[in-house]
Amino acid sequence: MTNFISLLPALFLGVGGMVLLLGGVLAKASDTTPGVTFGAIALLAVAAVLCWMAPDALLFGGLLKTSLFTRYADSLVYLAAIAALILSVDYNKREKIARFEYPILVLFAVIGMIVMISAADMMSLYIGFELQSLALYICAAMARDSVRSTEAGLKYFVLGALASGLLLYGISLVYGFAGTTNFAALGDVFRAGAGTGTIVGVVFVLTGLAFKISAAPFHMWAPDVYEGSPSSVTALFATAPKAAALALFLSVMAGPFAHLTGQWEMLIQIVAVLSMAIGALAAIGQSNIKRLLAYSSIGHMGYALMGLVTGTAGGIQASLVYIAIYVVMSFGAFACVIAMRRNGQAVEKISDLAGLAAEHPGFAFAFAVFMWSMAGIPPLAGFFAKLYVFYTAFNAGYDTLVIIGIIASVISAFYYLRVIKVMYFDKGQPGFDKTSAGAGFVMAVGAFATIFFVVIPGPLMALAGEAAKALMG
Amino acid sequence: MNQLGFPILSLITFLPLLGAFMVATLSGDDEKAACKARRIALIFSLIVLMLGVYVWTQFNPAIAGYQFVEVMPWLSGINVEYRMGVDGISLFLIMLTLALTPIAILASGGIKTRTRSFFAAMLLLETMTIGMFAATDFVLFYVFFEAVLLPMYLIIGVWGGEKRIYAAVKFFVFTLAGSLFMLLAVVWIWRHLGTTNMAVMAHANIPANAQTWLFLAFFAAFGVKAAVWPLHTWLPDAYGEAPVPGTIMLAAVLSKMGAYGFLRFAIPMLPQASAAFEPVMFVLGVVAVIYISYVALAQTDMKRMIAYSSVAHMGVIIIGLFTFTVEGIEGALFQMLSHGIVIAGLFICAGIITARGESLALKNLGGLARNMPVFAAALMLFTLANMGLPGTSGFIGEILVIVGALKVNFWVSLLGGAGMVLGVTYSLVLVRAVLFEKYNRPDLAALKDLTAREYTMLLPLAALVMWLGVYPSSFTHAFDAPIAALVQAHIAALNPHMALAMVTAK
Repeated sequence: MTNFISLLPALFLGVGGMVLLLGGVLAKASDTTPGVTFGAIALLAVAAVLCWMAPDALLFGGLLKTSLFTRYADSLVYLAAIAALILSVDYNKREKIARFEYPILVLFAVIGMIVMISAADMMSLYIGFELQSLALYICAAMARDSVRSTEAGLKYFVLGALASGLLLYGISLVYGFAGTTNFAALGDVFRAGAGTGTIVGVVFVLTGLAFKISAAPFHMWAPDVYEGSPSSVTALFATAPKAAALALFLSVMAGPFAHLTGQWEMLIQIVAVLSMAIGALAAIGQSNIKRLLAYSSIGHMGYALMGLVTGTAGGIQASLVYIAIYVVMSFGAFACVIAMRRNGQAVEKISDLAGLAAEHPGFAFAFAVFMWSMAGIPPLAGFFAKLYVFYTAFNAGYDTLVIIGIIASVISAFYYLRVIKVMYFDKGQPGFDKTSAGAGFVMAVGAFATIFFVVIPGPLMALAGEAAKALMG
Repeated sequence: MNQLGFPILSLITFLPLLGAFMVATLSGDDEKAACKARRIALIFSLIVLMLGVYVWTQFNPAIAGYQFVEVMPWLSGINVEYRMGVDGISLFLIMLTLALTPIAILASGGIKTRTRSFFAAMLLLETMTIGMFAATDFVLFYVFFEAVLLPMYLIIGVWGGEKRIYAAVKFFVFTLAGSLFMLLAVVWIWRHLGTTNMAVMAHANIPANAQTWLFLAFFAAFGVKAAVWPLHTWLPDAYGEAPVPGTIMLAAVLSKMGAYGFLRFAIPMLPQASAAFEPVMFVLGVVAVIYISYVALAQTDMKRMIAYSSVAHMGVIIIGLFTFTVEGIEGALFQMLSHGIVIAGLFICAGIITARGESLALKNLGGLARNMPVFAAALMLFTLANMGLPGTSGFIGEILVIVGALKVNFWVSLLGGAGMVLGVTYSLVLVRAVLFEKYNRPDLAALKDLTAREYTMLLPLAALVMWLGVYPSSFTHAFDAPIAALVQAHIAALNPHMALAMVTAK
């Protein structure tokens, strides 16, 4: 019976999604999208509550495992998906891509993410991974009449399939050498070390996961997909799947591969350094705000992985805090991007923001808060995220890594600052359309959380600490 | 909790934030809303000034440690607490901030666009600055230290002069790069000591070889903020381009953050490295005093000339700090206060000229003393104080620094003292060009003397200049205890045997 309760959130989302799908198809009303979207938001909210009521459990004979760690990561996914759906209502309508299938696809992607997060076996990991990816490929190509969106969907699909292939190949190698796919059993097998074949397998698994969080050097799809997809979909891409994939990354590295730290630690360091460097350097030349945010998210993944490098509960905690703050900053920033519309057309150039501060002070202020926070300027939340990561990495003796991180922060501050410069200092008349209530709401919530995190940082940090302990066992 | 049983420092710090929120949420952007915004900002800054005066009256100068201490859990799990407190060193820097903010707000007559945002930014700046001086935990200090950048960046960039964007970005990038090195140093010390409580850190025993690196990291952060030559290049641009109230806050208060950082962190925490870098700092200080004085002399714009004079005075402060003598450090601290008040007065004088629609190019000015006698008297007073005339505040600080330096090194004292002479040169050039020069465009004769609002800005500053100059001990008696303790700890750290002997002899 307990098993059933722990499974309830995912079941609830699945069945609810089917019902909504039927409703969307059968309803006589001409535009069912808002109704279906709000239904999906309600389902996600209920699932979030259910997930906190469920006890820890091992489901389906060890395929899935729920704990405080999964609840923490699930909540981030729910939060991000809800924010992305709120943003989509008005945006999709104005872009004439309002299809009721979108919220349902998001629901199915969320189920995939939850399976990924709670995976305790390579097979369930892969199923979750694919369920999530397939739903998201379709989302990327949602604006099917737009060449850019179709291209983004196709690119995402082809490269995503490649990553899935790599992941699957890695899993098969690991299985071949260890004889099991169960995380706990793998952990036991690797206690005694691993041969070259296994290591190759681990590297392939790591590559597949790094692709999903768009960490360098597996990041090349991100800027194009972010730019081409409709902004409401990009808002989802930048938040929920990242949180889920990073959580999966943490649980795989700290779970079955925990005893191989010596083997993967260097790899993660390289990935982290490359991500931070590319995030900082490649974003400088961007003139499209969505591409800029794509590179910025690559950089953020580098910082988030820095916590994992240490391999300690403290490091995992730092990564979990980082990803939570990143999710909030990101959906806030994308709410701002979505609100950039002129004469009914979405605009995406950074230069389109010129003079925004004079015209819409609140909007400009919120955007500035997200940019500053991403740059890591105190007292905003992004600073504490970085501080935590730097602190744990430094304490574990990764001095060079921290110094590279600091240098990357200074460089990236430059382009975040440029966005603020354009909004506040440059002359211009953006003449933006009225911000929709949904985008305004998400913006306000994000800015509020980013600004006031400094006042009560305790609860989130403590929760992340407990979650990290739950993961490390 | 503390002697008042009340978190008064937090109240002083965060009350302006409430004001900023109120100003920002006012409706309307017309003249009336601007007026209301200014009034709210002024009221809030005056209330916190009164609270600050109250703290001063309750302050016990005999105690060397922190008073009015507040401690609250903050970043759980990594052992960082919210700690506030003041000692004789920070008390007057807080008072300086509190006193100058209302004056800067009064001086904001030239701000015509987006006034609400401007006053919100000013109040935000006040919160961050006071928080920085009152913080006694390193992470908290760092948060405030960095956060100062945000409102200042906007103040320069939105309301500044022609090259405002360049100046704002330069200011931000310079200071950010410097402070991130400090962050690295903070994290290192944190790992080494396991705490970020500044009272504990001040007595830390950090290995001498690590001290060198830490000192360089601190130098990157505080040297940029204090505009130590050659890290000063952002300063003339920022001072020159910022609007008058922004310049006042930058020159009078923010530049003190760097010197405060040296005094609070570099010197007590890294005694060996500070002693090792003493010659370097002396050279940098002397170069600032002499070379920058000449640069000031070559300026053709009143605001830039004052800006360079400010860099020269920062050189004197640096020399004083690194003498490690009671006189030198007290002189430096006194000079920080005096320079804050004097430079604010000078920039207000410059603002008065711009408010009358004149440019600040020296070749366009001249003969103002004829039509604006009161203005001329005020400018004269602040200029004299700037060059350190006996009886004004500038004299006390400089003479103490020179005496302190004399105890350490004759040449430093001589060359640092040369700054006073060079200060006279450019000060007199400035006064002559603005007030007396024969060349006189006819439209200059139409300029009116001070208005009531300008009187309210300049009179308190003039009174303070005289008060500091005539009766300095009402300020210095509060520095005595903490600075004596600082110097003693420094000597003890360098000569452990001697300190032991002193203790046993007692």
